[in-house]
Amino acid sequence: MKRVTTVLAAALAATVGVANAADTVTVVSWGGAYTKSQIEAYHKPWIARTGNFIVSEDYNGGLAEIKAQVEAGNVKWDVVDVELSDAIRGCDEGLLEEFDISTFPAGTDGTAAADDFLEGTVYDCAVANIVWSTIYAYDSTKLSNAPSTIADFFDVEKFPGKRGIRKNPKANLEMALMADGVPAGEVYDVLETEEGVERAFAKLDSIKDSVVWWEAGAQPPQLLADGEVVMTTAYNGRIFNAVASEKKPFEIVWDGQVWDLDLFVIPKGAPNKEAAMDFVKFSTGTEPLAAQASWISYGPVRKSSSSLVGSFHDQPDLKMDVHMPTAPNNMKNALQNNFEFWADNQDQLNEQFNAWLAQ
Amino acid sequence: MAQTAAGAIDDKLLKKRLDKALFRNRSRAFFLVVPLLLFLLVAFVGPIVYFLTRAFIDDTFSSLMPETTAILADWDSTTEPTEEMYAVLVADMVVARENKTIGKVATRVNRDKPGTRSLFTSTARKAAKLEAPFKESLIGVKKKWGDIEVWQAMKTASAKYTLGYYAAALDLKKNSDGSFERQDEKRRIHITLLTRTLKISFLVTIFCLALGYPIAYLLATLPAKTSNLLLILVLLPFWTSILVRTTAWIAMLQSQGVVNDLLVYFGITNDDSRFSLIYNQLGTLIAMTHILLPFMVLPLYSVMKGIPPSYVRAAKSLGATNWTAFWRVYAPQTVPGIGAGAILVFIVAIGYYITPALVGGQDGTMISNTIDDHMRKSLNWNLAAALGGVLMVVVMTLYWIYDRVVGIDNMKLG
Amino acid sequence: MSENPLVRFKNVQKSYDGKTLVVKDLNLDVERGEFLTMLGPSGSGKTTCLMMLAGFEPATHGEIYLDSQPINNVPPHKRGIGMVFQNYALFPHMTVAENLAFPLEVRKMSASESQDRVKRAMDMVQLGGFGNRRPSQLSGGQQQRVAVARALVFDPDLVLMDEPLGALDKNLREQMQYEIKHIHENLGVTVVYVTHDQSEALTMSNRIAVFNDGVIQQLAPPDALYERPENAFVAQFIGENNKLRGTVTELEGDYCVVKTKTGAAVYARAVNVGRIGDESTLSLRPERVLIDPDPSTVQNLFEARVLELIYLGDHIRTRIELLGRDDFIVKVPNSANHALMREGDVVTVGWLQEDCRALDA
Repeated sequence: MKRVTTVLAAALAATVGVANAADTVTVVSWGGAYTKSQIEAYHKPWIARTGNFIVSEDYNGGLAEIKAQVEAGNVKWDVVDVELSDAIRGCDEGLLEEFDISTFPAGTDGTAAADDFLEGTVYDCAVANIVWSTIYAYDSTKLSNAPSTIADFFDVEKFPGKRGIRKNPKANLEMALMADGVPAGEVYDVLETEEGVERAFAKLDSIKDSVVWWEAGAQPPQLLADGEVVMTTAYNGRIFNAVASEKKPFEIVWDGQVWDLDLFVIPKGAPNKEAAMDFVKFSTGTEPLAAQASWISYGPVRKSSSSLVGSFHDQPDLKMDVHMPTAPNNMKNALQNNFEFWADNQDQLNEQFNAWLAQ
Repeated sequence: MAQTAAGAIDDKLLKKRLDKALFRNRSRAFFLVVPLLLFLLVAFVGPIVYFLTRAFIDDTFSSLMPETTAILADWDSTTEPTEEMYAVLVADMVVARENKTIGKVATRVNRDKPGTRSLFTSTARKAAKLEAPFKESLIGVKKKWGDIEVWQAMKTASAKYTLGYYAAALDLKKNSDGSFERQDEKRRIHITLLTRTLKISFLVTIFCLALGYPIAYLLATLPAKTSNLLLILVLLPFWTSILVRTTAWIAMLQSQGVVNDLLVYFGITNDDSRFSLIYNQLGTLIAMTHILLPFMVLPLYSVMKGIPPSYVRAAKSLGATNWTAFWRVYAPQTVPGIGAGAILVFIVAIGYYITPALVGGQDGTMISNTIDDHMRKSLNWNLAAALGGVLMVVVMTLYWIYDRVVGIDNMKLG
Repeated sequence: MSENPLVRFKNVQKSYDGKTLVVKDLNLDVERGEFLTMLGPSGSGKTTCLMMLAGFEPATHGEIYLDSQPINNVPPHKRGIGMVFQNYALFPHMTVAENLAFPLEVRKMSASESQDRVKRAMDMVQLGGFGNRRPSQLSGGQQQRVAVARALVFDPDLVLMDEPLGALDKNLREQMQYEIKHIHENLGVTVVYVTHDQSEALTMSNRIAVFNDGVIQQLAPPDALYERPENAFVAQFIGENNKLRGTVTELEGDYCVVKTKTGAAVYARAVNVGRIGDESTLSLRPERVLIDPDPSTVQNLFEARVLELIYLGDHIRTRIELLGRDDFIVKVPNSANHALMREGDVVTVGWLQEDCRALDA
């Protein structure tokens, strides 16, 4: 899928007269409401500022395409929005360009970039832009009493009906353990042991017959809307947008959320490396990050952005701050996805997960 | 006698002349297909062979950690690793860290011993600052370095040629003594998937035959005007993307979908107990049968079109009932079409991937979905290659059996 | 016509499209043991009649009787009629012996009797020892014989043959004509045979039904058909024929006088003419025209000019210009005492009133 945000750019280039100098940067992201928010908050202002073009492409995550492009010496993508574990792994395998955080713009309040970014959001080859979260949501019109804890998701006695779950062990094993009573802080310690993994699978097993598996981020709101499931795990932004834009009667349960980062990376040998670098620096600035938060409920990673987060772009009454994964009320029982654990155990757990599915 | 001898010489001469005359024709024919041959070689045979070799050639570790590889070759896998081995390992890690290749090494070893990835990447960051004695300082960084299993995993990974991937593809694991045994039950997946793939492909073939045969018969016997219209209806799905067709099935079969709505409307089931028609094996079977149906109908149609109606008429005039005439006379003549259609559907089905990925749910996905997973997500291309190799061997074996039983000549595509 | 024919078509009509009739009001009896040929150009309705008899096409109207029983509602496999198809329709996936055994097998005949019959049938068509071959391993003539044997092996009373020799070359065709004729004579089976080849029909048949335009034009034994055609179509379709057009000026009993456009009066036998003043076509076989006849023996005598001579061994085919037509053919026997002619010669030709038939216009 390709979208070319060139109409505006062309018009602008014509007026400003920089058509000759214009670069065309290919930015790859996850599609849907998320890409839409990036186009509004990052692409359009950057195009307006530089007169460059942006080709926006969608993908479904993973390092495979980047690896293939880099190894073939035929890199087509300039900027890619990736998950943390992929960013780390890509960096370790030399697939990504490195960033120098000191060259990034300071916050609007004057804080240097290195200090302005939240801890654990800046890496050698990747700079985060948002905090997102895997939560679970339900259709309030379908359930008579509202679930409130992560344990409720796994309780098909109390809340009968189908569950939507991502067809991937990541976040599911963590949620299963939390539902089984493991405190958030101990989840990964438990998962390191074989018994812990068994325990997580046993918990998943208890609802296996009621599960509808999803793979793309756009599926869960659809499953809920179609009545295919009564509750489903989902990315919080997708559910928020279904509620805000389409007035769906969905409710998010933040208890037991597993939050993660999305980061920008530049594949090694990107064709427009300079322009790509400029785009990343611009996009992770205080204002664009804050602007994005008015399009989707993913949290900005700069401290200086927090105070600028306002309300949903076309609904002034809809304050965004309480819908962020990082809002204090939502963080009461929350877990950060441990990229190192997943980098170590992904292959093995995937295998075990698939074998469990096939049983 | 003399005459026969002279005749023999003449024969030889004649043969020579004939060969000479034919040679020109042959070489001209050969040159005509040279571009195609080259194209196939470069774009088809080459990549496949190259990719299949990845299943048993893996020089990631040996090329990126050359000194360690050399010293591991002399190690017997059982004695405690020596200080020298630790020193060489640290030296290699420093270089790998500088070259940004440590991630590849870590990924490689992690396949043989899960949980070692971060061991390598985090240690490598500090490797340059480590000092002798390296054994102690390494164990000081991470206790795991004292674990002999890590070293055994490195030794396994350092082999350039390995059967490990094929073993993994067959749900076997390699013991430290080099023998293979079956994988732990909870990690056995590939054999299950392979048998499921074969089963689904077989069922899809049967369903396609059951549905396609009457359609093809109708097409072949109706007047040309009607049958052309019907043929377009059969071909129509060919012009629609598989994705769209599969998605349409989702809309049809999901529990709030058209089919279930109708069943509820007619009181066949009630609203709370709608049928699960999709996101399971049934969904895969339905959608794949629909999508692959033209592959069955077309060869059948072309074979049936070539059977003159006089055969069945002759059978009837000889006293056969409609049923006997069909089974004894008509059906046997359609065997080449059945053979072609069945093998076409079966082989396409065995490698099918988009449809099961979308509607397969937990028990309707196939081996190709796993291959795709290893290609795109786990990036374990070697294992993907091994799985592809296994799949290819299975298909070729089945093809060979088919040739033995039915005969490949007994197949007609049109 | 006997009281108990094997096959009777009674007022049978057939239309495929509901608009035009391919077979118009057909009435025909086929006697037991008879070899009856349906002869006609393509599209004349002959094959349709055969298919209705076999049961593959329903009659639109009328009734067909087999052995006095109406069979309109009897399915083909219960009619017990053997059939030989144009392309033989030998089952390609069976051997010759299996093909022959097929009708016996579906009749649940015992294996030993079936084998016995198959062997006899193969011997009958001189194909003993070919039992294990596939049809595709046989020549066209051999396949034809198998097809005939298969249609006869279950002893049907009636065998239908739909242009069975059409695909063979000329020599083989003639040989097969005799073979089929002999089989028919030896077995005494009733045969209904469809062909568009008139010499084939003349060679083999007891009676020939000449079809045209969905109607039987004439039903007669071969000699009668040739010697005494009852209308212009039959005269023209069967054998070679000279046509002369004219108007009836005299009509008395079986004889008449027809005046051609050139004004000449031709004495003819009145076969199919209405009344005086009607148009008529005169039919005259080429071999009945005499060159320089004794004037006292013939009623018709005219002058003609020789246009073309073709030497054919036993006779000389002579084209002459006569009574305003330049396509008039005379077969002159190659006898020693006959006068030699040359192109351009003017000669006298004549014929008997008896030999010249006045037919419909």
